Amino acid sequence: MKELLGVVAAAVIAVFGAADAFAQDKVKVGFVYVGPVDDFGWTFRHDEGRKAIEAEFGDQVETTFVESVSEGPDAERVIRQLAESGHDIIFTTSFGFMNPTIKVAKDFPNVKFEHATGFKRADNVSTYSGRFYEGRAVIGAIAGKMTESNIIGYIGAFPIPEVVRGINAFTIALRKVNPEAEVKVVWLNTWFNPGQEADAAKTLLDQGADIITQHTDSPAPLQVAAERGAFAFGQASDNSQFAPEAHLTSIIDDWGPYYVERVRAVIDGTWESEDTWGGMDVGMIAMAPYASTVPDDIRAMAEEIEAQIIAGDLHAFAGPINDQAGNEIVAAGEVMSDEQLLTMDFYVEGVQGSLPN
Amino acid sequence: MIRLVPRQEVAPAMVYLSPVIALAATVLFGLILFAILGFPPLDPLFNFFVKPLLGPSGITNLLLKATPLILIAIGLSMGFRANVWNIGAEGQYTIGAVFAGGLALAFYDIDTPLLLPGMIVFGILGGMAWAAIPAFLRTRFNTSELLTSLMLVYVATQVLLYLVHGPWKDPDGFAFPETRLFHDAATLPRLWSGTRLNLGWPLALIAVFAAWIVMGRSLIGFQIRVSGAAPTAARFAGFSERRVIWLTLMIGGGLAGLSGMIEVSGTIGQLVPIISPGYGFTAIIVAFLGRLNPIGILFAGLLMALSFLGGEMVQIENGLPRSVGGLFQGMLLFFLLASDVLMNYRIVRVRTKHAQVATS
Amino acid sequence: MSLTITVSILVSVIAAATPLLLAATGELVTEKSGVLNLGVEGMMLMGAVTGVAATLLTENWFAGVVTAAVAGAAFSLIFGVLVLTLRANQVASGLALTIFGTGLSAVIGTPFVGQPLARLPVFDAPVLSDMPILGPLLFGHDVLVYVSIGMLLAVAWFLNRSRLGLVLRAVGESHDSAHAIGYQVIAIRYGAVAFGGMMAGLAGAHISLALTPFWAENMTAGRGWIALALIVFASWRPLRVLAGAYLFGAVTIAQLHVQGFGIPIPSQFLSALPYLATVIVLVIISSNAARVRLNAPACIGKAFAPAA
Repeated sequence: MKELLGVVAAAVIAVFGAADAFAQDKVKVGFVYVGPVDDFGWTFRHDEGRKAIEAEFGDQVETTFVESVSEGPDAERVIRQLAESGHDIIFTTSFGFMNPTIKVAKDFPNVKFEHATGFKRADNVSTYSGRFYEGRAVIGAIAGKMTESNIIGYIGAFPIPEVVRGINAFTIALRKVNPEAEVKVVWLNTWFNPGQEADAAKTLLDQGADIITQHTDSPAPLQVAAERGAFAFGQASDNSQFAPEAHLTSIIDDWGPYYVERVRAVIDGTWESEDTWGGMDVGMIAMAPYASTVPDDIRAMAEEIEAQIIAGDLHAFAGPINDQAGNEIVAAGEVMSDEQLLTMDFYVEGVQGSLPN
Repeated sequence: MIRLVPRQEVAPAMVYLSPVIALAATVLFGLILFAILGFPPLDPLFNFFVKPLLGPSGITNLLLKATPLILIAIGLSMGFRANVWNIGAEGQYTIGAVFAGGLALAFYDIDTPLLLPGMIVFGILGGMAWAAIPAFLRTRFNTSELLTSLMLVYVATQVLLYLVHGPWKDPDGFAFPETRLFHDAATLPRLWSGTRLNLGWPLALIAVFAAWIVMGRSLIGFQIRVSGAAPTAARFAGFSERRVIWLTLMIGGGLAGLSGMIEVSGTIGQLVPIISPGYGFTAIIVAFLGRLNPIGILFAGLLMALSFLGGEMVQIENGLPRSVGGLFQGMLLFFLLASDVLMNYRIVRVRTKHAQVATS
Repeated sequence: MSLTITVSILVSVIAAATPLLLAATGELVTEKSGVLNLGVEGMMLMGAVTGVAATLLTENWFAGVVTAAVAGAAFSLIFGVLVLTLRANQVASGLALTIFGTGLSAVIGTPFVGQPLARLPVFDAPVLSDMPILGPLLFGHDVLVYVSIGMLLAVAWFLNRSRLGLVLRAVGESHDSAHAIGYQVIAIRYGAVAFGGMMAGLAGAHISLALTPFWAENMTAGRGWIALALIVFASWRPLRVLAGAYLFGAVTIAQLHVQGFGIPIPSQFLSALPYLATVIVLVIISSNAARVRLNAPACIGKAFAPAA
């Protein structure tokens, strides 16, 4: 009888408890995504980072993701559910998840949280983001050398510091090599709307731009540039396959190394709350291979800029920098602080129009 | 050959039986769907329907998610009964949230117990104000409220974006598009500490009860029902069409605005660029799943909320993509909508010869 | 502003208006038969994804376009069965169709994410294409642009001049009378729903094969809803659907140009402008009450149950 009970108990455990029993040994890693993993943009890159964790640690980890989580009232519930279901570390990969992450983290002191692009931290909440503007400095210089009309079209999603910083870094680098060139900005108030992104690219080309760059997620502007015989830069991933003739290079977000490092810290028990703002030096930002349409001297210049940024010899926001009215806001020899960069809400000289806010 | 024959009156058994049949059909097709997609079929079903209710916060998560769906659907159902097609509750929700949030920000430095009731009133007024536009255009210019209310959703979204990107931006928020976090005086109290469920849920229950009384037992409810079912008779009886249009749009807008207030004050705690995962649109489905009946809407809202929670759960537990959850949810809706036919019609088998005559 | 820029802007407007026109033309026929299908967005997504899938698998754009049309029609029949055979509520069923289509298109599309494909071929006429102004306006568009205008004209003729069109309108005006005369109300409505689905499928294909040739989840980004609005905007008249689609396209492009020229208006206001413009035009058109009543199908949204 006792044996029979034992067999039944074992069977019950086998059926219901097996997953949990195995899960105990593994580090569970959760991801909360704002878009679908198939967006081929922001979320796609974070999911590539998740896959890098799986590739690195194999059976030691178990990863989970919840995609297309609305930044409104749903976010807190999803993060909480991941915490309740035994995840050891949870990455929340959009700015709008900041306050929900902080709220949930308070109730789960033993779970580690990592919030992307935010500014609020706690003992169990780290923040991380990429210095995407470093990539903008590289493409700005390329654009400055390659433009003939001296007008660059820039498609922006939302007028937040992240995007404004990119516009300014691009413009500063652009005018360093070509003081005549200017930047035209169009805001779409959406991260992803291929039709509108294409319309915006057409508009900018119609208004005289001969190079398009974007801070939205779809490859539509690249395709329009290709159709019209203009050049363009890709966003987040190497987008060259969508428009080989127009694509000059892309700024690539590579979250993999950071994610692997943080999960390793959890496995080793060395995880601590940190603020990471990684750039080209740590490989969080990288440039896609330059297209054959980029002339050799310009390619050499771009590679030199990359090398200088990585070595710390060049800062994208080094003075002299003028605001739109022509007043010097950063003197020669000085560099903007991270604090100033994080709160940036103005255009530099060379950007047309006024910043909506 | 099968034919549908109208029943003389609604079959009482089918009122309760048809949703059960629909659920059974969904489970059956769900098994097939998951099997085709290569997942062990039973586990996702369990995780979809049952797992979300387990655990410390299961039930409260469900009630919290259902609150705005039920509140908005209650308001919309009255309009739908009167053939007033307000499909822009999403916009009314947004403006309600903006009004209530604006009040919270205006009195940011003042700690008064009057703030919360004020926000409730402002939320309702905001929703009503946004609904007043289609009401006015319909009664004054005969413009379809279905389209104007829908178009105004997009406008409301941009109003919210403008405010959180511009004048109402948190001065200490690194220029990110969000307002300051509301103080305790502007936060809806929790029903039980340790859960996220707030005062919104009892408000939704009150709305259900009130709607049940109004629609079933009051003259105005009678007028609304007659205006929808028999407009000519309503006109003949001297019921004012304008009055019914205004009234139903105000109720719908007010309740949508109230839900907007509940979400930003109780759940989110600030104004942010995205404050709704499409509650205003989902509530339309809830209203019809509930057969435009307050009690039905209560259950439909809970089931709909469960389908969202379930969709998240199968992602967490089974690694199913969100799209599969959406597919399954769509299937559930199809079966539920289709099953209502059993209530009003009998399915009879007709002999082939007879059928040929009937269709020729 | 020089003439070339103006022409170039008009070409952009034509491209932006085409998916709206395709979807609205189909839905117009559906609505004229007395059925309101709010699932346009879902059907467009199905057309967009199947168009990409078929084009990539067969390496033939024509197969892609045909597949999108067939898939849109087939998908709309789910809605047809629900509302016509099972007499479910049309508004709710249409919304459910959009939810289902969003999910299903994402499931189908996963293997095709990130795969580029060739843009639909454009129609060029020798010599004529090089004409100033008229050349770029009339030629150099993809096939679906011509299809959209051709179908619109065909539908205008069908509804106003053909016998079957008359029957279809009669069914939309009063299904009981039409049934009494002996018309097959349900069969005609099935046809109208399938036509609407087919055209929505083509609209999706225009987005995923011509405007922005790739697949990404939810890439139609709300254009199905605009198409629905256009029909009321046009007070159910085919030629006004044409005007409405191009007007909406023009406002969309215009707001981008206003930004590009650096005119200081909040971008959120400009983003809202096309919708505000729609409301205003709706008001102007519908304030002439008699005209709207004349064109709006009386039976729209109502289930038909033969008295037998």
